[in-house]
Amino acid sequence: MENHSVLEMLNIRKTFPGVVALDDVSFDLRKGEVHVLLGENGAGKSTLMKILSGAYQKTAGRILIEGREVEIKSPRHARQLRISTIYQELNLIPHLSAAENIFLGREPSSAMGFIDRGAIHQAAAGILKGLGVDLDPRIRVAQLGIAQQQMVEIAKAISLDAGILIMDEPTSALTEREIAELFTRMRTLRAAGVSIVYISHRLEELFEIGDRVTVLRDGKRVGTHNIQDISRPDLIRLMVNRDLTSQFPKVPAERGEEALRVEGLNRNGVLHDISFSLRRGEVLGISGLLGSGRTELARAIFGVDKIDSGRIYVKGELQEIDCPRDAINLGIGFLTEDRKTQGLVPLLSAKENICLPSVDRFSRYGFVSAGEETRAANRYVGQLRIKTASVDQRVLFLSGGTQQKVVLSKWLCCQAEVFIFDEPTRGIDVGSKAEIYHLMNELTASGVAIIMISSELPEILGMSDRILVMHRGRIVGEFSAEEATQESILRAALGQ
Amino acid sequence: MRLKEYVLHHGRQFGTLFGLLLLSAILWALTPYFLTISNLLNVAEQTAIVAIIAVGMTFVIITAGIDLSVGSVLAFSGIVMASALQAGAPLVLGLGAGLGAGLVCGLVNGLLITGGHLPPFIATLGMMSVARGAALMFTEGRPVSGFSESFRSIATGEVLGIPFPVIVMVAVYIAAHVVLTRTKLGRYAYAIGGNEEATLLSGVNVKIYKSAVYGLCGMLSGLAAIILTARLNSAQPIAGIMYELDAIAATVIGGTSLMGGEGNVFGTLIGALIMGVLRNGLNLLGISSFAQQIVIGSVIIVAVLFDMALKRGKR
Repeated sequence: MENHSVLEMLNIRKTFPGVVALDDVSFDLRKGEVHVLLGENGAGKSTLMKILSGAYQKTAGRILIEGREVEIKSPRHARQLRISTIYQELNLIPHLSAAENIFLGREPSSAMGFIDRGAIHQAAAGILKGLGVDLDPRIRVAQLGIAQQQMVEIAKAISLDAGILIMDEPTSALTEREIAELFTRMRTLRAAGVSIVYISHRLEELFEIGDRVTVLRDGKRVGTHNIQDISRPDLIRLMVNRDLTSQFPKVPAERGEEALRVEGLNRNGVLHDISFSLRRGEVLGISGLLGSGRTELARAIFGVDKIDSGRIYVKGELQEIDCPRDAINLGIGFLTEDRKTQGLVPLLSAKENICLPSVDRFSRYGFVSAGEETRAANRYVGQLRIKTASVDQRVLFLSGGTQQKVVLSKWLCCQAEVFIFDEPTRGIDVGSKAEIYHLMNELTASGVAIIMISSELPEILGMSDRILVMHRGRIVGEFSAEEATQESILRAALGQ
Repeated sequence: MRLKEYVLHHGRQFGTLFGLLLLSAILWALTPYFLTISNLLNVAEQTAIVAIIAVGMTFVIITAGIDLSVGSVLAFSGIVMASALQAGAPLVLGLGAGLGAGLVCGLVNGLLITGGHLPPFIATLGMMSVARGAALMFTEGRPVSGFSESFRSIATGEVLGIPFPVIVMVAVYIAAHVVLTRTKLGRYAYAIGGNEEATLLSGVNVKIYKSAVYGLCGMLSGLAAIILTARLNSAQPIAGIMYELDAIAATVIGGTSLMGGEGNVFGTLIGALIMGVLRNGLNLLGISSFAQQIVIGSVIIVAVLFDMALKRGKR
C-alpha cells in the first residue's frame, strides 16, 4: 500500500507565450499521504496544480491516475476523476447555506424539480459530522468565519468523493488554533485514504502535517524528500538556492521620541479601552487570534472606522483622525492584511499604485506630472528591488511578494513615519519575506516606528521589540522581546 | 518598434477601429453614396449628440457605475435652457442654465450614490423618471420652440465646412482624454473603479470624486441638449428617450469594462461612430426602422461577445 501511487505527473512542461512556466517536472502522489509542494512565488506550484485541476492544459508530458493515462480537459473533468481543489480564495456562495454550497449543482430534487432541502441538510450534516465539525448545515455561509468556510469546502470535496485533494495555502488566513483544527481534519482524511497535495509557504506547518515534500524552483523540480529526512535550513536552501542567514534578521534600532500614543480607545463592541505608545525606531508586535480586534485597532487609528471615545497623539500632539487622508497627512501608513481587496488597484500600473496616496505631490492644478511620478516610482523599484519589467506594468500580473513591495513603496512615497503592517508577509515566498524584514530594519534604523500585526508567532517573536496581545478587543498582555515565548503569547491570546 | 508596441498595447481599440472600417467598406460597396463627404459629415453630425453623452457614460462606467438618466437629463436641461432663452435671458446665460441643469441632476445622482449608498443603477433609474417627469410637467408636454439665429448657429454653423457639433464633439473627446490620462480626476476614476476600498484606504476622498464624475456626466448631457435643441430649433420634453442605451452601447463596444477600472474615450468614439454609421447605412439601404433595431441590437451583442472571447484568449 505504501508505494501505491494514485497520481503520477511525468515530465510535465507548460509554456505561456514567451515564458516556460514548467520544465520537465515530475510529481507523484501516494494513497493516503500529504505531499507538500514548496517553492517561491513564480516557482510553478500553482501552474502545476492548475494543470492537475483542469484549469490549464499541459504543453507536454503525461498524467497517470491509478496507473491509467488521462488527459484532464476541464475542471469538470478533473472532478469526475475525483480531483478536488480548495483554492486560497474560497469559492462559496455567501447567501446560500452550508448544505446548499456543499451540494451546489448536484441538488437532490423531487420529481417536480423542487429541491429537497430536507435531504440536503441531512446529507450535509452527516458529512460534517464525519469530519468532526460542529456546524449547523442550515447556516448561511456569509455568517461563517474563514476557518468554518474552509470546512464547508472540505465537506464539499468529500461529498464529491474526492480521492485527490489539492489545498492551496489553506492556512494563510487562519489562526494557530484553527490551523491545529484543520490539521486534525486533514489527518482524518489521510487515514481514510485521501491523498492531499498541500501548498504552503509556512515551513513549520509542513513538518507538522507533511509526509513528503517536493520543492520547485524556477519551473523545475529540485527534489522530492521524505519530511523526516530533511531539515528546515536544507529546505530553504533548496527553495531559494541561497542561504538565508536567519529567518528573522532583526536588527534593533535606537529608540527615539514618542511617535504615536493611543489613550483609552473605544469602539462599541469591537475595541475596549486600548492604550499604548510607540517610539521611533521601535517595532511593536500585536498578536491575537483572528477576530481579537487587531485589524479593527489598525483601522480605527487610520481613520477608516469611527471611534466612540479615546485620544490619539501623533508625535506628542493630540490629533483628530476622521478619515484615511488625515492619518496619511500625519505620516501614518497602513499596509492592509489583504493586498488584493484593500492594498492595490490591480488594473492600475505599479507606478500609479505607488503614487496613489501622494498624487497631490506630483500634480499642479489637478494635472499629474507623469515624469515626476515615473521618477519617484523608479526610485522605489530600485530601492526595494521590485521585480517588474517597467513601472507601467499592471500590478495584477506581479507576484505576491512583488505586490507587497509595491504597497510598501506606496507608503514610503508618502514619507510615512508610522507604519502599520497588518500581516505583512501573508502569502509571500521566503525570499520576499526576508526582504520585507530587512526593509523593516532599514525603516526603524531611519527612525520610523512600526506596528506589526501578525498571526505568525515566530514572526512576532522574531521581529518585535515589544509585543502586545489582544483578546476580544482588549489588550490582555504586554511582553518585551526577551521575555516573550510562543506559549506565553498564546496563553494570553486565548484569554487565559 | 514603438508603433508596434503601441498597436499591441492598444490592440482592443484597433480591433474596434477595424470593425468600423470594415463596416464602412461594406456599406461603400453596397451604396457608393455612403462614402461622400456630405454623407460622412452627416453621420458625424448625427453621431455627435450620443457621442458626447457617451463620454460622460465612459467616465461613470470606468468608476464601475452606470447612469441611466442621461436621456431624461438631456430633455430636462433642454427645457430649462429653452425656457430661460424664451424668457429673454442672454444667450450665454441660457447656455449656462442648460449646462447647470445637467450638472445639478448629475450631482444629485452622485450624492444619492455616495451619501445615500444607493446602487448607481437605482439612483439613476429614479433620476431618469424624475427628470423626464419634470420636463413634461414644466412644459405640460409641449415642445418649446423658436430661437434666435445666433443660438441656432450652434448647430448650423461650420468652420472650413465642418459643422459646429462635430467640432464640439472632437473638442470634448480631446479634453476628456486629457482629463482621464493626465489629471487626478481621471486617475482616481480608474482607481475607484478598479478597487474602491484600496482607493479609500489610500486617502482619496472617494465620495467627492465619484460625485464629480456623475456631475460631469450630467453636464455633458446638458451640452448634448444644447446641440440637439439648436439643431431642431425646438426643445422637446420627450427628447433623448433611449439615449442611455446608445451611450452605454457605444462605451461598451469601445472596450470600457462594465466592471470598472478600464476603458478610454477613443474606444467610445469609435463605438459611437459604429452605431452612427450603422444607422446611416441602414437608412441608405432603405431598411425599415423596425428592422434597424434588430440589427443594431445584434451588433451590440456580437461586438461584446467578440471582445469577451478576445479577452479570454489572452489568459
